[in-house]
Amino acid sequence: MSASAIERMKFEDALAAFEPVLGLETHVELGTASKMFCSCSAEFGGDPNTHVCPVCLGLPGSMPVVNASAIESTIRMGLSLNCSIASWCRFARKNYFYPDMPKDYQVSQYDEPLCVEGYLDVVVATDDGPREFRVEIERVHMEEDTGKLTHAGGDTGRIHGADYSLVDYNRAGIPLIEIVTKPIVGAGELAPLVARAYVTELRDLMRALGVSDVRMDQGSLRCDVNVSLAPPGEPWGTRSETKNVNSLRSVERAVRFEIERQAAVLSSGGRVVQETRHFHEDTGETTSGRSKEHAEDYRYFPEPDLVPVAPTADWVEELRGTLPEVPSVRRARLQAQWNISDLDMQTLVNAEALDLVESTIDHGVDQAAARKWWTGEFTRIANEQGIPLTDLPVTAAHIARVEELIADGSLTDKLARQVFEGVIAGEGDVDAVVQARGLVVVGDDSTLLAAIEQALADQPDVAEKIQGGKVQAAGAIVGAVMKATKGQADAAKVRTLLLEHLGVDG
Amino acid sequence: MAHITREQVQHLAHLARLELTDEETAHYTDQLSAIVEAVERVSEVAADDIPPTSHPVPMTNVFREDVARPGLDRADVQAGAPSWEDDRFRVPRILDED
Repeated sequence: MSASAIERMKFEDALAAFEPVLGLETHVELGTASKMFCSCSAEFGGDPNTHVCPVCLGLPGSMPVVNASAIESTIRMGLSLNCSIASWCRFARKNYFYPDMPKDYQVSQYDEPLCVEGYLDVVVATDDGPREFRVEIERVHMEEDTGKLTHAGGDTGRIHGADYSLVDYNRAGIPLIEIVTKPIVGAGELAPLVARAYVTELRDLMRALGVSDVRMDQGSLRCDVNVSLAPPGEPWGTRSETKNVNSLRSVERAVRFEIERQAAVLSSGGRVVQETRHFHEDTGETTSGRSKEHAEDYRYFPEPDLVPVAPTADWVEELRGTLPEVPSVRRARLQAQWNISDLDMQTLVNAEALDLVESTIDHGVDQAAARKWWTGEFTRIANEQGIPLTDLPVTAAHIARVEELIADGSLTDKLARQVFEGVIAGEGDVDAVVQARGLVVVGDDSTLLAAIEQALADQPDVAEKIQGGKVQAAGAIVGAVMKATKGQADAAKVRTLLLEHLGVDG
Repeated sequence: MAHITREQVQHLAHLARLELTDEETAHYTDQLSAIVEAVERVSEVAADDIPPTSHPVPMTNVFREDVARPGLDRADVQAGAPSWEDDRFRVPRILDED
């Protein structure tokens, strides 16, 4: 890719001249069994146009009915975000002409969202230690997801130059919850981190509620990032709205890029255009999409086919009773329980390993070992394969079994890695892999001594050096023994045996 | 008195992607004005203390259990599609967007 033509100002200089204001609009696809307004399956994927019916295809005469579970999930989300729950609200039609909705409107909520006025506290790491920010929530409202378009013809697979498009309506009508923040001001240079921390915390909260699998890579959690800049003390500037921000890291990068880009525009006397921009994972840049100079004209009006939703106080209180422990409280509890440092806890959180480690410890594995496996070896493998840690086919039970084998001396750490390699490659469970690969510590002294004697005979010069006091030369012999035993000996034990054999002090 | 202007009709036609001739635009402008005037008579009898009605029956909380059921057979879905390719609805190229 050629060098970017987009002017940017250095981040530090941009922050010296301007104050950023953020707004985050997050969409969460609920994990309900059926769609928002009909009984079609809401499962991810499926063959194209197999999860569709007259309602979600917008056929004449079909009538929508609200999914009770989607309402409950939304109320629980609102409560967990410290929102007030409306005692009465309606759905609205958002009219637009685009083939991702066959009805030519999307059922949404307009001026009567189900949940309003909440907040979410997030923590960002700074040079002066952790700092807490309160992100205020404007509204949480319900709508339906849209169909999936594939652009065909042309040569780019993109909408420009496409000859026509193909539409799969499986996703159309899946319950979608939109969470909108109030403008986030005063974060300054921490703005990119605050944005990322907010989406992370929101995701963990939704996951704890069990309302969605909140996978950014699969689109069940999607984020639009709004950024504007203004000189300190002046009214807010024009904002850009960046879409396609599909990972937590991208949230941070998109905010940072927009601050740098807009600062360059403003400081050279230009003006920021109100527009939709697209984030590109590969370059870390945003590019211009649709201009929003002309306000959209969605002609919202109350959805006549759906009656108002009026949650009773009793119902809301009952749902409040089902709220789980808040993730930040849970993190503090686990950290105290495991007695680990802030840094160790941060490592676990950053590795997305908290749930996995907790479950591993619940299987009887020592906390240090559980943390070591998940944040070390498994994180490395997951990164290599480019998949989330949770997608590795390793379970807490596997780790518990391997740790048992290490404890009774049948596996070394090195062999254990090979066992997991086999488990991840789909060769079976721990015992099957141990057996199939013949992974057992060669622990019997006479076998090891025989291998040591052979290695010394092969390398008499090394044997002399060791006996002459150069203990560090022992590595060559240990290495030869490890090779002879196909790596299945405990290297430390070989070294001890070797030195004993030669009568040298380690 | 015309409540609906020619410009409003043109704007609505554009939003609905309808192409209207000048005669049609004039025709719909008159018709829509007449409709709006007729409906407006409601406000002559509705006092300020009567809220706008969006639903004729005072009913709330009509829900359905979250249970998935099979939808239509794809052959039936396809039968209703003006154009179809690769198990998907085929639509004309989309201009002027993103």
